[in-house]
Parts: sequence; structure tokens; C-alpha cells
Amino acid sequence: MSMALPDPAARERLLADEIAGKFPDARGRFGPYGGRYVPETLIPALDRLEAGIRAHLHTPQFQARLGSELASWVGRPTALSFASRLSAAWGAQVWLKREDLAHTGAHKINNALGQALLAQQLGAQRIVAETGAGQHGVASAAACARLGLPCTVYMGAVDMERQAPNVGRMRLLGAEVVPVTGGDQTLRAAIDEALRDWVADPSGTFYLLGSAVGPHPYPYLVRELQAIIGREARAQFLQDQGVLPDAVFACVGGGSNAIGMFHAFVPDRSVQIVGVEAGGRGSGLGENAASLSYGRPGVLQGCYSLLLQDDDGQIQETDSISAGLDYPGVGPEHALLMTAGRVQYESANDAEALEALQECARLEGILPALESSHALHGVKRWARSHPGGRVILCLSGRGDKDMPTLQRTVLK
Amino acid sequence: MSAGDIGTGNAAVLPRARISAAIRNPQVAGEPAIVAFMTAGYPSAELFRTHLAAVAAGADVVEIGVPFTDPMADGVTIQRSSQAALQQGVSLRWILAELRAMQRPAAPLILMSYLNPLLNYGYARLATDAAAAGVCGFIVPDLPFDEGEELRAALDATGVALVQMVTPVTLEVRLAQICAASQGFVYAVTMTGTTGKSVDVPESVLDYLENVRQVAAPLPVCAGFGIRSRAQVERLRGHVDGVIVGSALVEVLERGDDPTTWLRTLRAGA
Repeated sequence: MSMALPDPAARERLLADEIAGKFPDARGRFGPYGGRYVPETLIPALDRLEAGIRAHLHTPQFQARLGSELASWVGRPTALSFASRLSAAWGAQVWLKREDLAHTGAHKINNALGQALLAQQLGAQRIVAETGAGQHGVASAAACARLGLPCTVYMGAVDMERQAPNVGRMRLLGAEVVPVTGGDQTLRAAIDEALRDWVADPSGTFYLLGSAVGPHPYPYLVRELQAIIGREARAQFLQDQGVLPDAVFACVGGGSNAIGMFHAFVPDRSVQIVGVEAGGRGSGLGENAASLSYGRPGVLQGCYSLLLQDDDGQIQETDSISAGLDYPGVGPEHALLMTAGRVQYESANDAEALEALQECARLEGILPALESSHALHGVKRWARSHPGGRVILCLSGRGDKDMPTLQRTVLK
Repeated sequence: MSAGDIGTGNAAVLPRARISAAIRNPQVAGEPAIVAFMTAGYPSAELFRTHLAAVAAGADVVEIGVPFTDPMADGVTIQRSSQAALQQGVSLRWILAELRAMQRPAAPLILMSYLNPLLNYGYARLATDAAAAGVCGFIVPDLPFDEGEELRAALDATGVALVQMVTPVTLEVRLAQICAASQGFVYAVTMTGTTGKSVDVPESVLDYLENVRQVAAPLPVCAGFGIRSRAQVERLRGHVDGVIVGSALVEVLERGDDPTTWLRTLRAGA
């Protein structure tokens, strides 16, 4: 960690402000992180989005519409499953928050549906989105089909190849999928290209951003739409066990499932919160995608946060077996939660994630996404030092999309 | 800036005032000043000094692009040139060292950079080293003026400009704030979109530029994004103080053509 942590009193103040809901502040910041680092052309569009959020997102009408779609179309609330055989194997009591059961197979739909409804409310003519693993692209395509909005999805050429089944799904759902051949040809390049599309028509186009990253107000909007994960899990656990869990875990790439899982638990100081990043092949620059573990502060794609970059401030290519975590930055609220000392961030490497995936599949009859498997490994590690402890893990998505990777690795 | 900054001709003239003066007094009187953009080290890092001299010979101000891995405001040409420059090891540090070591052209130099390389360099050191290398200003496409206070304050210490951009979708109140904060000149983006696509110049754009000019006075206004031909320059003449050419010039250098000759085709009587 190259970032100097503030003194304990300053950390406590940051956390108190976070719990009091003071972030993002008027400048779109979570403490020092966040902000709006975009071309001037996008400023009016971001202002309109912010005003639109203020005018609609928390109104009873909007929430009723969103709630009804989440219940009848997405299938919420998702289950909280006690994983009895994993618990026996690992030595802690493990519950899985089953976002894999949400429509389209991952938590991404919570955000995609919410933003698409907001876009419709704001009179958008078309939607653009980026996608890495394809889950956000599929969720956006599905939500746009449901609401009758035209949808264009930018996807890196490398990702299109390793996540081919999702490309077909998006096309069947009526979206136009545009290959991105510039840059690193993965998620980062797809975001750059979606931003360029949006810059060309900032008035008619709505950018449906898939993770808790980007310029203000996106990190806030995505958190608000994903926070349902933690709210549900907390209430389900309390009802079942009568107490709060000892710990909650989630995987962190850009950080949308994690911020959704963590948000409701941040004020519960007795609950340990842990985010697990992609450790890839190792700790060297370019060998992983663990921006919080190995990154330094900087600005990428609209926000100030922790980044994997070289000494000149050039963004580094990342490496992870999981396309959904393969991103050199991280949402600004995670950077804050780490700085404030409220959330611990650690990493799991490719091999550890693959092993945890197989254990979960064999012992629980659930094939988890490679992304979520990083969090599974984190729980397994935690269990060793917390025998009998109660832990909830956000199982952010299902692993069917990862079959090509699994065929090449564990099934070979 | 204050009106007193502008081209007084004395030796202590601030770097940012040199930019305004060069735009106000272009090589060819009565014509808009030519602000020419090149990506540092493209197509060749070895020929950087030669290319810079040749571009400067045909321009009133030169913008030197600092390559970045994620140029989100740029079209395909500048994306390509940035990537190629990075592959040759071009960095902000390298550019400043080259500029310090070379015989610098008379035309004022501006660095165009995304924010992250500047952040990593450190603002205070940047202000000193840029001034020492003869850099008169910075353009930072992902730094809107309300996030720019810190950099502006740092550059202020050595009189180096932070040039701000306005666009056709910028609302009136904000336009006034940006023009008041900008230094050297106001960069008026002529269209929504990324750099490099050729645009014709409709009447509405001329109205917009006239408005920016009124609000920006006494600071000069230069129009950029999508300018590639004498016809466009002619259309803009009288409505702006300068025009910025970027992608088209990068393509000239890419083809191996002479940039000085090409830049002259943008001038009157070419």
C-alpha cells in the first residue's frame, strides 16, 4: 500500500461522515475520492442526470415501479442460502446471498433495470452501455428490451472472444454489440468507447454505466440501485438468526456487487466487512487487477480513485482469469471505505478462485461465477481463523458464462 | 488573467501572455491564428525535434500532445498516435527533457495532456519544469474548470496558462465562469463528439463562437475539433481569433508529408 493512511481521528471522521450519508458531497466526492473528470461536453449531461436522480429516484412512484419490476421480472428478493456442506468443509457457518438467481444470472440487472427506468423517465432516445464479462451488457440489453429502448453495447474484442455466449445473448435481446479494437480490447477500452459515443450525443443518449465507477453521479447511482442486495441479506439474516453476521464478503472489480452488499452493513460496526480483489498471477504490475491492494491514487474514466498505473501515470493492463474483475481502477467509495479503515481489502489469485469454484459446485450444487469465486476463497481463508463464525457472501452471479474458461482450465 | 498580461513586449512577459499575444498577432495579419497540434514522438520519437520545428514554422502556437493510454476525448487518429508514441517510450518526463535540450521555436508551446500523467508528475514540480522547458500553457481535456483549482494555482506560480474548453452545449452561466477562469485563450469546441471528424460549419456554430468571443473578451478564442481545410478556416475567419488543427495534421505527419507546407494551405492565398 503506497497510500498514507490518515491518523485515527481523521479516519473516524471520514467513517462518521460516510455513515451519516454525507458522501458523495456537493462536489461528488467520497472524502478525497470521486469527482467529475470528464470532457466539458459531458458536464451538462451529468448535471441533468444528477437533477434527474434527485427528482425521481427516491419518489414513491419511481420506487413502486422499480419495486414491482424487481419482484415480478427480476425475481427479487433473491434467496439467502445456508451452505451446510461448505460450512462443514471450511469450519465457519457460511450463507450465500444468491444474486446468481436474479434474472439474467447476476446482480448487474438491479442496476441496469433501475438506470433504464430512469433513462425512460428522462426521455432518453437510446442507451449505450459497456461490458466486460458480458453480464452488464446482457442485463442492459434485457432491461432495454423490457422497456422498448434501443441499446448499443460496447465490448472489447478480447472479451467478445472469451465470453462469446454472452455476445449471442445480447444480440438475441435486440442489442447492437460493437467490438472495440482499440486500447487493451477489454472493459477499460469498452468504457472509453462508450464515453466517446456519449460525447457525440450527450442530449439524446443515456449512458448506462455498469459498475460503481466513473464520474459523479454514477458511483452514487449504482450504489443506490445495488444496495438492495445488502438490505435484503441483512433483513433475511436477522430474521433467520436473530443476530447480525460476524462478517460479510464480496468480490471487488469496479465494485458494484460489493458496494451493494456492504452499504447496509457499514454502520454495523460489529460486522467485519471484507472485499476480495483479483490477484491474477501475482503481485507485480500487470499481473493482477487488485487496484486497492496494489494501486496508487489517480484519475481514470472520470473519477479519482486507486489505480494500477506506472510511474508516468499510464494505466496498466491487468490480468485476471475473471473478465468481470479485469479492471485497473475501483469505485471511489471503496477507496474511501479502505482509507477510513472500515473495509479490509485482500486478494485471491486465479488458482484459488478456480479451486473455490469447484468446491462450491461439488458441495452446494451451485456453479458460481469466476468473479464470485474470489470472494468464496476469501471466506475459506477467513474460516480458518474464525471457526464457527457466521459469514454472508455475496454470490454475485452464476458461472455458466465461464464455461469456455473452465473448459480450458479445470476441465482440461 | 488580467488585461495587463497581454503582449507588452517586455522581457518579463508571462508565459501565458505569450500565448494570447501570438494569437492576437498571427504570422498572417487579418487571418485567424493557426494553433497546430502534434502528438509528441509520433510518428517518430527520434524526429520529434525536427517535426516540432517544421510544425512551428507554419503555425502561430504549437500544441504538443502528451500520450496517454486512455484518451477518451479523442478520435481514432489521436488514439493511434498516442499508442504508437507510448510504445516508443514517450512520456511527459521525456518531452520536457527534449524541450529543455533543444533550440525552441519562436511559436509558444502548449502541452495537451490528460490529467493522470500530470497528477503523477506532481503539480508543483510540473509548474517549475514546464516553465523551464519553455512551455507556456496546458490543455487538459478531462479537467473541467471546477476540478481545476489546484492545478491552476500551481501553474499560476510560474505564469503558465491552464486553457479551459467550452462547448456548444455549455450553459450560459457556466460559460461565463469558464471564460473567467481560462488563461491564454478560450478553447471553443465546435461540435459534440471526439476529435478528428471533419465538420462543416453551420450558422449556429458561428453564432455560438460570436457569443463565446463576447463573453471571453479580452481573452482570445480559438475554435477546434474537426478542422481540416482552408474552406473551414475561411468560414470561421472574423468569428474567432484562432483555429486549432489536430487530427488532420497528425495524419500529414503520419504520411510523411511536410507539415509546414500543409499548414500554409490553411492560410489566405494558398
